[in-house]
Amino acid sequence: MSKTLFDKVWDSHVVQHIENGPDVLFIDRHLVHEVTSPVAFLGLKNRGIKVLYPERTFATADHNTPTRNQHLPVKDKLSANQLRALEENSKAHNIPYWGLGHKKNGIVHVIGPENGITVPGATIVCGDSHTSTHGAFGAIAFGIGTSEVEMVLSTQCIMQPKPKRMRINVDGALSKAVTPKDVALFIISQLTTSGATGYFVEYAGEVFRNMSMEGRMTVCNLSIEMGARGGMIAPDEKTFDYIKGREYTPKGQDWDTAMEYWKTLYSDDDAVFDKELSFNASDIEPMITYGTNPGMGMGIQKYIPLAEAVEGGVATYKKSLEYMDFNEGEAMIGKPIDFVFLGSCTNGRIEDFRAFASIIKGKKKADHVTAWLVPGSHQVEAAIREEGILDILQEAGFELREPGCSACLAMNDDKIPAGKYAVSTSNRNFEGRQGPGARTLLASPLVAAAAAVTGKVTDPRELMEEAFA
Amino acid sequence: MPIENVDTDQIIPARFLKATERKGFGDNLFRDWRYNSDDTPKEHFVLNNPIYSGQILVGGKNFGSGSSREHAAWAVYDYGFRCVVSSFFADIFRNNCLNIGVLPVQVSPEFLDKIFTAIEADPKAELEVNLPEQKITILATGESESFDINGYKKQNMLNGFDDIDYLLNIKNDIEQFAGNTPL
Repeated sequence: MSKTLFDKVWDSHVVQHIENGPDVLFIDRHLVHEVTSPVAFLGLKNRGIKVLYPERTFATADHNTPTRNQHLPVKDKLSANQLRALEENSKAHNIPYWGLGHKKNGIVHVIGPENGITVPGATIVCGDSHTSTHGAFGAIAFGIGTSEVEMVLSTQCIMQPKPKRMRINVDGALSKAVTPKDVALFIISQLTTSGATGYFVEYAGEVFRNMSMEGRMTVCNLSIEMGARGGMIAPDEKTFDYIKGREYTPKGQDWDTAMEYWKTLYSDDDAVFDKELSFNASDIEPMITYGTNPGMGMGIQKYIPLAEAVEGGVATYKKSLEYMDFNEGEAMIGKPIDFVFLGSCTNGRIEDFRAFASIIKGKKKADHVTAWLVPGSHQVEAAIREEGILDILQEAGFELREPGCSACLAMNDDKIPAGKYAVSTSNRNFEGRQGPGARTLLASPLVAAAAAVTGKVTDPRELMEEAFA
Repeated sequence: MPIENVDTDQIIPARFLKATERKGFGDNLFRDWRYNSDDTPKEHFVLNNPIYSGQILVGGKNFGSGSSREHAAWAVYDYGFRCVVSSFFADIFRNNCLNIGVLPVQVSPEFLDKIFTAIEADPKAELEVNLPEQKITILATGESESFDINGYKKQNMLNGFDDIDYLLNIKNDIEQFAGNTPL
């Protein structure tokens, strides 16, 4: 019988199917961080059991860590306590722990692929909704709650009904300055934040085939923002080239065996999806959000839609614009901004820093803009130095921080003050997400860079033309 | 709470996720909608209006979107709610609720409107949720609707079992499966 990519991977991991209930799904690799794990470890302690497969479990500290002076003790007592708990739990259960200062430390969804923990055909979970990132490699990867973290620690399984299957095709050529982030924000703006709820998405078509692994990670990362359980892309030569030789990927004979399997991971020609959508790449512009959920995005040259023109409740829409202090019908171009955040599991990889640097090179940061540039990991940080990007940033008046989730969720000190506007390369523009009262405009690293040097919402294409003029 | 797309950052903002034990989250449920920055209550927010009470939280479409933080479900539970009603739930929030003993009840958009209309007419209007019969009723009007829940989760909720009890019981099968699954 013909199968989708998703079916092939899911079905091969079902330990047991329960009638009128969930599947028992075996999890190959489990990523753990400090915020959603302590209560799960406490659960194991209360049951008097140990982690079943520590060798399938990896721990890092990222959500609740400072992005400056990481060599010093963490000042915030609650944060320090949470970090200590993960370190102790990792030790007690024999789990590799890449804490602050460790050379492999970084955002969990950046270091997974970097170290070859992420491989095609695997099932990967983490107590974090952006686990969908790893789907870029043809893995089934999704976020889970703490009760499920406890399940995976204790039994390496979770119990969930199989999601429905959706395929999103984007064909054609992307226009200038249109990045993977824009492709994702465009799709979410078309589907809304609940348009893919209940589905696991496969991204297919020319645009994703031509996309780098970093770009595919950005797209899969944002799957959850349209409600999807996760998103995935069939592995190809680009995928295999990326993972070959990384620490946790198979070696020698094991690699050849794995490759034989990985090459079968694609949706069969006549495979059936529960829903299938197609978009033209040429319809996608550089995007920006104007509201308080990631579905409230539009081409940067467009005008904020009128309440009557949007789906859903008018009251909810107006509440959202009121929070942003924007009006229906206004342009986004030219709006003054206060902060720029480059980083997160969405856009904290080397390609994102390259893109940012391409715009700001030879220019200066606008005086009134505070910019937080936070690499996704120490490996990204090292590449920024090696490629000379750090020099470009510093010459333009920017500083580089140390790795972590930072202002994406503002658990640490990196909080945007109330009422201020931030152009952010992260994934959520919810009320207060980047700090109580903070106002977030989600965009690509190119749009963030253009805002950082002009101090206002600016179409990056204008600055690129300057560069080529 | 007739607001759509209530996300988990509203239910419990990230700065309250620093605990290492599951307690006290109810105090910060809807923190930034409930309190001003100086910690005084916002008068107009529904949880601050003593006329509303009970164990059932009724929210607009796409309730619980965003982050996977189970802390959101814990906060709902710890505040005293045992049931959340909406016309649509985000996946992870729904799972988290089912795993900790909060029943997510998905009703039709029309029925949700009827509930909000009944509450608007009388803030003390009562709702009854019957899990064995999978039925939700607006007592004032007698209107009711049935809701779905998978049979396995329903039995777990009624009997107070959890998934780990189930999984530990089939540990041999899991270990055999793992043996055939390379790292």
